[in-house]
Amino acid sequence: MRLLHRNCREVTALVLARQDRELGLGERVLVRIHMLICKACPRFERQVALMQQAMPRWRGYRDGSADLGD
Amino acid sequence: MTDFAHAVQALRPQLIRFAHAQLRNDAWAEDAVSETILAALARPQAFAGQSQLKTWLVGILKHKLVDQIRRHSREVSATTDDDNEDIDALLFNETGHWREAPAEWGDPEAALGQREFFEVLEACVDKLPGVQGRIFMMREWLELDTAEICKELSITTTNAWVLLHRARLRLQGCLQDNWFGRRADAAPTP
Repeated sequence: MRLLHRNCREVTALVLARQDRELGLGERVLVRIHMLICKACPRFERQVALMQQAMPRWRGYRDGSADLGD
Repeated sequence: MTDFAHAVQALRPQLIRFAHAQLRNDAWAEDAVSETILAALARPQAFAGQSQLKTWLVGILKHKLVDQIRRHSREVSATTDDDNEDIDALLFNETGHWREAPAEWGDPEAALGQREFFEVLEACVDKLPGVQGRIFMMREWLELDTAEICKELSITTTNAWVLLHRARLRLQGCLQDNWFGRRADAAPTP
């Protein structure tokens, strides 16, 4: 089952890669399967989703409001 | 000076801070901001009260920052030991399993609704090592895609992905340490 089974380090890399490139079909399957059998990685995936959601708002704070960080 | 020139000048410290966060170099940041201010003062009619002055200036600054990055691409992409550190080895054991499982961060809105969260996020981005910080900012603040980043810096796609990967892992760790980890209310254990 090595074909379909990847460790957390490899799956984490794919979850992060998704921020910068589109995953191939095989990679998407690997991530989905791993998320069903792992307790830790789904949390990491949710953390990454939160960081992704944060980015446009961070840009908004920086670029628009007059008082962040001065 | 006109009111307009005064208003532009008053925003200079913020522009310097933003430019420095992107370029990580005092002289280049000064140049980018000076070019921005000159461009703004040359065509005040282009602003004409649309949106906020700061937003307009930051829009100009972003273009000037890309010019600086292009001009200094070799130095911008010269990695340090910190950039090259294998963050994965700290997080995963030899068999690729988490040394310490990631925490539950809870409802995103609980964090994203607070301006203090963005101050912590900003501090975490500022703390990223040189090239990782620049590339992360190019991707998430200048909103360039990896193809554009690779073109401006003359680096390979694989190289860019590795640096972004490490930057994001560092950011995750920094947010854990400085925001989620210290707030009991934001991190309920499932």
